[in-house]
Amino acid sequence: MARTKTTSGSNAALWPMKSSHALLWQGVVLGVALLVLFWFGHNAASHLARRNMVLDFSFLWRPAGFAMPFQITSFKPTDSYAMALAAAFSNTLLVSALGVVTATLLGLALGVMRLSTSWLMRSASGGIVELIRNTPQLLQIVFWYVGVLQLLPQARQSLSLGGLFHLNIRGLFLPYPLGGGWTATLAALLVLSLVLVPLLRRFLPMRRRGSRWLWLVPPVLFVALVESLSGWSIPTLKGFNFVGGMVLPPELVALWVGLSLYSAAFIAEIVRGSVEGVAKGQREAAYSLGLRPWPTLRLVILPQALRVMIPQMTNQYLNLIKSSSLGAAIAYPEIVQIFAGTVLNQSGRAIEVMVILMGVFLSVNLLASAGLARLNARFALKER
Amino acid sequence: MSRSDRTLFNTMLSAIGAALLSTAATAQTLPVPGPTVEAIKKRGELVCGVDSGIPGFAYQDSSGAWKGFDVDYCQALAAAVLGDPKKVKYVGTTAKVRFTVLQSGEIDVLIRDSTMTFSRDIGLGLTEVAVNFYAGQGFMVRKNLGAKTAAELNGATICMITGATLELNIADFARSKGTTINSLLFEKSEEAFAAAEAGRCDGYSDDTGSLAAARSTMKVPDDWMIMPEVISKEPLGIHTRDGDYRWSDIVFWVDTALKTAEEFGITKANVDEKKKSEDPFVRRLLGLEGDFGKQLGIDNEGFYRAIKSVGNYGEIYDTHFGPKALGLPRGLNNLWSQGGLHYPLPFR
Repeated sequence: MARTKTTSGSNAALWPMKSSHALLWQGVVLGVALLVLFWFGHNAASHLARRNMVLDFSFLWRPAGFAMPFQITSFKPTDSYAMALAAAFSNTLLVSALGVVTATLLGLALGVMRLSTSWLMRSASGGIVELIRNTPQLLQIVFWYVGVLQLLPQARQSLSLGGLFHLNIRGLFLPYPLGGGWTATLAALLVLSLVLVPLLRRFLPMRRRGSRWLWLVPPVLFVALVESLSGWSIPTLKGFNFVGGMVLPPELVALWVGLSLYSAAFIAEIVRGSVEGVAKGQREAAYSLGLRPWPTLRLVILPQALRVMIPQMTNQYLNLIKSSSLGAAIAYPEIVQIFAGTVLNQSGRAIEVMVILMGVFLSVNLLASAGLARLNARFALKER
Repeated sequence: MSRSDRTLFNTMLSAIGAALLSTAATAQTLPVPGPTVEAIKKRGELVCGVDSGIPGFAYQDSSGAWKGFDVDYCQALAAAVLGDPKKVKYVGTTAKVRFTVLQSGEIDVLIRDSTMTFSRDIGLGLTEVAVNFYAGQGFMVRKNLGAKTAAELNGATICMITGATLELNIADFARSKGTTINSLLFEKSEEAFAAAEAGRCDGYSDDTGSLAAARSTMKVPDDWMIMPEVISKEPLGIHTRDGDYRWSDIVFWVDTALKTAEEFGITKANVDEKKKSEDPFVRRLLGLEGDFGKQLGIDNEGFYRAIKSVGNYGEIYDTHFGPKALGLPRGLNNLWSQGGLHYPLPFR
């Protein structure tokens, strides 16, 4: 009881004051901060003006001229710099999204392994975590790229599977489905159905059991989608390289692996710390109710650990997104490499490019952290 | 007159005043030697922007001293303006920041194997003073690739470093030939070399000056060939800021003096002896006749000191790219009289 008294109530504040005073001081601090910001901006603007430099973003609409080595958009050299920014940004988002998913899964697995009662599991996970989190991330990415993926065979000696999948130093070549007339519509419908079915089942007034047949819709759409395909593009060796199909380039794989493993090591530690932070009595209580270890972990320990975990995971995710710029070292065409490298150099607009780049990273990270903050609010202990 | 009227009146007055001032400024010519040289003299050293490290053009040796073709140009300028080739502060600039540090006034002149282009001249407010090195973008490929010319590289992947216009040139070249060439862009040359060595890409592309250096770092240099043609023109030259044409004049004529010296056989070693020459061009160049140096705002001995400290253009080239250095044939970088492109304007 003594503890709650000291941590709650306004008397416990570090600097006790009336709320009206507090508001006044907050206003003063905000005002000073704005003044400083304005002063910085004004300073920069006047210095630029004195050197005959102006902030001019019109270069964004000029043609870029260069080609993108790997992309998920359809950027062509004749497109504008703004399109190049979009293409490079989508590459950054792709590797970040892939990295966040695998880092989380891997981190959870490693973290749970570290808590295992088996010595082998515990020390294997401990060894991996210590090895990964105590070496520089850039070094690891370059290691995966130069030390592992560049040892793969040349195109003509590819490791092939059934003449459809080919793995060589140029990447993993896969067959690629060619869409027919209805493919795009059907794909959109499939995605829509996957979102709508659970929602409908949740909010429909009828009994949940009665709406079970709704789950038949997505598989039917999927079959229709496969039927609508006009064929497959199969990678075949031609000249220097494989033509057709689609390719997963080693740059993407190396960066993905490097980012995932590094973040996973930290996530594993977060998981371990959070689980160990759950009061011992909870586990004992679960056991005494007759729950086995796995249900105990899943139903009792992890939900409580999640509260402690989420804010720390947010940090890791934001770090991972920012670290994706390390891909510049191994030729992954992400936003720093393309926009702050090629575009900056071709246009010479260094300050504008850097301002845009900072804006992009800031907005992505603010969005991500806002999303995770909402998640956190849902899982946090509800204090009434 | 109400208060707002008065403010409006004041604004108009100052606008007219500013307009008058600016017309006055454009009508008036800058007195020699111009604000940049005055700042250099006051400071006692020339701040020269060079490459942060590339063999041949500018690099630091084991003792930390700057060496290279562009570095010699900085020394010649310092010798001409300040009388001492050692009074140079070198600022190693990366491809990303080079033009910004010049625009912001951090450096006086940029001599950094930088290609002179329209957008740099017009878009960035720079003056492209003189070409000191004619280069072109070329390819180095594995011999067993079987391709003899760049036009046969359809579908090939080429490694290169980012921070130049290499990827743009390749895309332009491929578009003009109706082929596709994939470019892989690396931040640093080490990873790009490693990727080329491992076979991730079919070749490596860079300016001809750097390709020779790249080939020498390969495990088996003989496995690689440098393709004969170049796909772009890369006139590497000296950049200054717009606004002080007096300073640009000085830089231009120091460059011309180094090339003229080669034309007339004036070398670092024989420059004192050449003072006895009767050739009017030599006498004007070395400041024995006329007042060419004085008209520029450096003294008459300026060009003499520049040649005395670094030698003529050919000597500078040989020191850094000659057979004993990187072994790059002079080709386009010969004087016009030897089949090259350097055609210095006459001193008269």
